[in-house]
Amino acid sequence: MSPGAPVLRLDGVTKSFGDRQVLHGVDLDVGEHEAVALIGASGSGKSTILRCVDLLEEIDDGDIFLDGEVITEPSVDAVAVRRRLGLVFQAYNLFPHLSVLDNVVLGIAKGHGVEREEAEATARDLLARFGLEGRGDDDPDRLSGGQQQRIAIARAFAARPRAMLLDEVTSALDPELVGDVLEAIRDLKTAGMTMLIATHEMTFAREVADRVAFLHEGRLLEVGPPESVLSDPAEPETKRFLRRLLEAGRV
Amino acid sequence: MTDRRAERAAARRRRDRRGLAIAAASTIIVIGGIAVLILTSPGWPAVRDQFFNAGEFSDTFGDIAKAFWLDVRVFCIVEVVVLILGLAVALVRSARAPAMFPFRLLATIYTHVFRGIPTVLLVYLIGFGVPALAVATEDGSTPLSWLPTEPVVLGGIALALSYGAYVAEVYRAGLNSVHRGQHDAALAVGLTETQALRHVIVPQAVRNVGPPLLNDFIALQKDVALIAIIGVTGEAFRQAQIAASADFNYTPMVAAALLYLCVTIPMAMLLDRWERGKARS
Repeated sequence: MSPGAPVLRLDGVTKSFGDRQVLHGVDLDVGEHEAVALIGASGSGKSTILRCVDLLEEIDDGDIFLDGEVITEPSVDAVAVRRRLGLVFQAYNLFPHLSVLDNVVLGIAKGHGVEREEAEATARDLLARFGLEGRGDDDPDRLSGGQQQRIAIARAFAARPRAMLLDEVTSALDPELVGDVLEAIRDLKTAGMTMLIATHEMTFAREVADRVAFLHEGRLLEVGPPESVLSDPAEPETKRFLRRLLEAGRV
Repeated sequence: MTDRRAERAAARRRRDRRGLAIAAASTIIVIGGIAVLILTSPGWPAVRDQFFNAGEFSDTFGDIAKAFWLDVRVFCIVEVVVLILGLAVALVRSARAPAMFPFRLLATIYTHVFRGIPTVLLVYLIGFGVPALAVATEDGSTPLSWLPTEPVVLGGIALALSYGAYVAEVYRAGLNSVHRGQHDAALAVGLTETQALRHVIVPQAVRNVGPPLLNDFIALQKDVALIAIIGVTGEAFRQAQIAASADFNYTPMVAAALLYLCVTIPMAMLLDRWERGKARS
């Protein structure tokens, strides 16, 4: 770890799927304890950025650094990098064959080598923290979407990652379930977790994010504090995006 | 309001009662008709004596039932081998590492070849072919004398090879049925590829293919009878053959068939229940 380096740094990150270029040289820093909201239309590349950072996708060009160390070199052990990050998926991707508790335990017990008993105690504490006390033995499918997403957040947070990557974590939820999930993220923010948050919730971005980054067709057009990007955007594309959201009643 | 409700309930009850009565009457007429038709047909006494001879049945059933115990043991052992072999082949076929390429190729060839050969032919080929290898060559040496020559072992190997190929494909379908997001989530919580396979992908794959696996169990249970053709003595079908050939009465075959049904029908019912349970959840 180099002192003073941002927790995450994306430097000219470029990614294509076949002929379709999804990311065009994305530069972005996320500092210690900082929450950066990635906003932009569907298909603008928000999810791809998060998947590239968690090394679930290989980037074509550029570099990604975690605590000042490059993680996108082929020689880097991807498993070790992923163990220092926590990713939460839009569709939760909970393990349906495991109990709620074991969903949280699996990663820390098998991936991080934590003793089973200790891992279970950690998992129980986390479930209680996110309002899921006593649900440990349930099947995850029996729970509401909001509860499932909070389990997914607990699962990603269980190993105390250096940074958390949240991919549209409220997009699959019924509106009345969004609040509890946002509350869980607020909790992480208060605890000082470094976060990169792809989101459609502008109110939430304004409240929790230290900075907002607007992504348009794979390019970061504007990065800055929420009050300037969301209230007084400099770029015409940002204005257009926010106006469309406003018309759709999403702000 | 309550009057109409009672009226409708009564109408529904009447309709249900009428339906029940019609079903019962129609069953009695159809089944009874078939029974009468069979029992009064001129050929029936001959058929009864040939296949359903009570004396023949009680004389031979004991020996056939004893022999069926061998079928059950062969089935149990072969099934365990098939489950392990099938999973191993399926995992090799889905492995993406470049070093695995030759193994992937071999596993692919294995499934195609052994699924394509009739099981009866395979039993014959291995049951008679392998013992021929184990005997002395022209110069008197016996380099392959370590090979098994017991017909029941060879028959079991042939069945395992044949069903292993089927079951490998069932497992492979199961592995493919696990959503890609499960693999991503497993890696994201810090598991290695191997751990992801072991703790996340394979358990879900096996759960998804329970019914088709059970279906192959039922088929295997019946095909154990094939080892009779390579002279496995004390096997139920073979025992029935011996009893039947003594006097050309085929009641022993029916006795053997009943024994197979005693095992396969409960399994089929279990399968039905399992699939219904799955459909509900």
